[in-house]
Amino acid sequence: MGATFDLWKLTKWTLFYLLVAVIVVVSVFPFYYAILTSFKSGTDLFRINYWPDSFSLNNYYNVLNSGSFPRNLLNSVFVSAVTVLLALFLAVTASFALSRVRFRGRGLLLLTILGVSMFPQMAVLAGLFELIRFLGIYNTPWALIFSYTIFTLPFTVWVLTTFMRELPVEIEEAAIVDGATPWVIITRVFLPLMWPALVTTGLLAFIGAWNEFLFALTFTSNNDTRTVPVAIALLSGNTQYEIPWGNIMAASVIVTVPLVVLVLIFQRKIVSGLTAGGVKG
Amino acid sequence: MKINKLLIGLLTSVTLVVGGAQAADLSIVSGDTGTGLAFLRGQLDKFEADTGNKVTVVPMPSSTSDQFGQYKLWLAAGNTDIDVYQTDVIWAPQLADQFLDLSDAAKDVVGQHFPSIIESQTVNGKLVALPAFTDAPALYYRKDLLEKYNKPVPKTWQELTDTAKEIQDGERAAGNAEMWGFVFQGNAYEGLTCDALEWVKSFGGGQIVEADGSISINNPQAAKAIDLAASWIGSISPEGNLAYGEEESRGVWQLGNSVFHRNWPYAYSLGNGADSPIAGKFDVAPLPAGDGPDARSAATLGGWNIAVSKYSKAPDEAIKLALFLSSEAVQKERALNQSNLPTIEALYDDADIAKTQPIIPAWKTIFQNAVPRPSAPTKAKYNEVSSLFWSAVHSTLSGNGTAAENLEGLEADLTDLKGGDSW
Amino acid sequence: MATDTLAPSAAVTAPKIKSELMQQRARAARIFLVPMLIALAVVAGWPLIRSIYFSFTDASLSNLDGAQWIGFGNYLRWTTLDSGAVRYRGLLADPAWWNAVWNTVRFAFISVSFEAVLGMIVALVLNAEFRGRGLVRAAILIPWAIPTIVSARMWSWMLNDQFGILNDLGMRLGLLSQKVAWTATADTAMTAVLVVDIWKTTPFMALLILAGLQMIPKDIYEAAEIDGVHPIKQFWKITLPLVRPALMVAIIFRLLDALRIFDLIYVLTPNSSATKTMSVMARENLFDFDKFSYGSAMSTMLFLIIALLTILYIWLGQVRFDGGDR
Repeated sequence: MGATFDLWKLTKWTLFYLLVAVIVVVSVFPFYYAILTSFKSGTDLFRINYWPDSFSLNNYYNVLNSGSFPRNLLNSVFVSAVTVLLALFLAVTASFALSRVRFRGRGLLLLTILGVSMFPQMAVLAGLFELIRFLGIYNTPWALIFSYTIFTLPFTVWVLTTFMRELPVEIEEAAIVDGATPWVIITRVFLPLMWPALVTTGLLAFIGAWNEFLFALTFTSNNDTRTVPVAIALLSGNTQYEIPWGNIMAASVIVTVPLVVLVLIFQRKIVSGLTAGGVKG
Repeated sequence: MKINKLLIGLLTSVTLVVGGAQAADLSIVSGDTGTGLAFLRGQLDKFEADTGNKVTVVPMPSSTSDQFGQYKLWLAAGNTDIDVYQTDVIWAPQLADQFLDLSDAAKDVVGQHFPSIIESQTVNGKLVALPAFTDAPALYYRKDLLEKYNKPVPKTWQELTDTAKEIQDGERAAGNAEMWGFVFQGNAYEGLTCDALEWVKSFGGGQIVEADGSISINNPQAAKAIDLAASWIGSISPEGNLAYGEEESRGVWQLGNSVFHRNWPYAYSLGNGADSPIAGKFDVAPLPAGDGPDARSAATLGGWNIAVSKYSKAPDEAIKLALFLSSEAVQKERALNQSNLPTIEALYDDADIAKTQPIIPAWKTIFQNAVPRPSAPTKAKYNEVSSLFWSAVHSTLSGNGTAAENLEGLEADLTDLKGGDSW
Repeated sequence: MATDTLAPSAAVTAPKIKSELMQQRARAARIFLVPMLIALAVVAGWPLIRSIYFSFTDASLSNLDGAQWIGFGNYLRWTTLDSGAVRYRGLLADPAWWNAVWNTVRFAFISVSFEAVLGMIVALVLNAEFRGRGLVRAAILIPWAIPTIVSARMWSWMLNDQFGILNDLGMRLGLLSQKVAWTATADTAMTAVLVVDIWKTTPFMALLILAGLQMIPKDIYEAAEIDGVHPIKQFWKITLPLVRPALMVAIIFRLLDALRIFDLIYVLTPNSSATKTMSVMARENLFDFDKFSYGSAMSTMLFLIIALLTILYIWLGQVRFDGGDR
């Protein structure tokens, strides 16, 4: 009996780790290949290998010294961070109203907010461009923060509304009995419980803003105000049709690593959340 | 960079009217890349020193269709931040309304340039852009393999097909399983329009839409040309060629896995790079001709030009910049440095260029016979015409219908698009 | 349906206090909502209205201000020929457009289905306690974190028939008998786009579902464990119902993105009618061709189609997106 149990347990354990391994390999392999490629140059790029056989940091050196890549990296950090903070701030309070207070037309309002994200990006390009010039923020980071709101805000509002709605009524009632105002309920009662949702939403929105390309290309006209995806697209070979794979891959590695670090920092927050005994559902 | 500046210093100063005008801050947008961008910067430094203006380069992604969309949007919104644009040879008719007429400013120098190029940039009598350089493709071939199999450089496409097949089979039998006969640009994009126009024209099948606006593509010679190309796929060209742009095809070629290759001159210096397996083993020739009464070698005309935005805040200074960048001195520098083909006829007899870049004088006849894409007669609708054309060709190459069937459909679509007697 | 009613609250009974509280909550709700709505209206109002307006005009990108109102002409117009036959023109009568709609909807349906299932599996794995979980979680996010503009090109490189690593890998592992030109033909290219899209966006799905899983109180499982409920039954009876709101909102946003897919199609497929999606066609008409108004009509239709499908999804999936009666 004990032996079969152990066998079952072992099988389960093996299968589980196999699954983890498959997930990790599938996710990471293309990135691994990108890292390999980033160490290569010239005709080597067209040759296939699975292990690093040449190791040169030349591409990284090129990228970091080309034009204003470090500056672009800073721009990206600033734009994405401000966009996300702004969106989260507006969305947390709004989602309280949308999830915990009943009023007529709530469903329609939510659908309208969602509707803003239903237009293809290039369709709003012309209108946004006019608006941005009208506001006089063309070619500044604010143009990007402004335009990114169009897709981050509906997303954060919807996700936070969904999660906030799931919080048990009893918690709120207890707070109301204690005489807490809505603001206090949000900041003191809900927010601590919402960490996984907040961090996840913020992270996903951050990546969304970090990777945006079309707006960033259209609303800036200067290497110093451009963001990383545009900078990568502008990395060029020596001649018109040449694609500098080595440099592009090096740049991609450089921009992906901060995000991975960000996840590692915030991942404890992703898993905290409601713990046993904290709340009775 | 230092060498660059030295060279520039040695050159005679450009004749520009400097006096009087105030200095301005100009922006030039360019999809140029790498050394091209560095070269442009070097020339701009010189311009700044000469005129006191300040010029900022705004680089753009190198994909020409991305550039086109972006420029169109900026111009539509009256963007005043960009003064000077680098434009593809086919854009002039489509963007003509947004650029300044340069005829007056350039009346003393237009005579130096090849008339066909000036004509390609003239829309309804308005000179939209000044040429910076021109471009025409070549047939790249492996000297060593042709020698090994004792074959001449093919003069016709049929000859190329047979030679490619023989060498490919021979090399594969000898153990190189990756060997192919011919790689070109077969993805459904502007590059295929260039390649296919060359096939059609070389068979005497016209140039899709003729200069007078008539739609000529549905003819037996054109069908014959495209059918021959369709027979390459899976035979002398890999199936994947249907997805190749310039770089993918160059990848196959430069690894030494193809006997022939169609590409622009840029692949020449790259193929001779230090780490290239085919360095020194290849050469270039004009593209082959077809068969039939009007058969000839045909190369599609490429090239870049300088245009001035009508929304520029300093149009006079911007025009000076355009004149400067298309001037003989800069074109000579460009030829020496970048092996870009000049648009000024006299430079083809220039001793310095002949010495440093022997490929350039050799190219004069090729590009004098070059075929323009039908951007002038089809005006604003050129992109759609080109898209319909490459789709029809790509379908044929993919085995969806014969060339005759697809060209008949294309003719109907083009007639619909034309929608009347004029485009 | 009273306006501004407070959520039913058992603890507060005195009517006076209740109504005061209700007012306070309603006021707070308004104050909380207004900044967000203003922000959204300022950013999105003008561009959206402009875009819809242009679809009813003959606007050209070289002359936006000279746009003339032409009514529904971009959507549908007809001319009666001398023979009496009626010829329809415009977006609604454009077979290429409906073909693109079908391509897009099919793509969105397949990719989002796969992503939902795979995302759920990944989220369940990440929710389990095991060593190195943090690293795995970070690793998982990499596909989503690589800019699309890069990953699309990276995959086109890896899928290349001659020097792509995937063909080489497939041959070595004996999965492929010969090198396949994935991006050359419409069928394999569409498969390639699906694979890449699923690879790229499953992390998005997984992370949102994981957040949902994390918000489920642990003691529910403890209780189920004590009652001896089988883990598989636990999943269907406890996990799935409780994580459903998160899953549904994740699916909605993926659906929105999938229906607007552009980059991957643009880079990875031959530009043929078999793979063209709505966004690709819209871009072509807006910028490449001189048909800005027609492209605007496409964008507006795209918006309507997405709205319709979203509402259909909410209705069929019985998503209580507005919180039902809570």
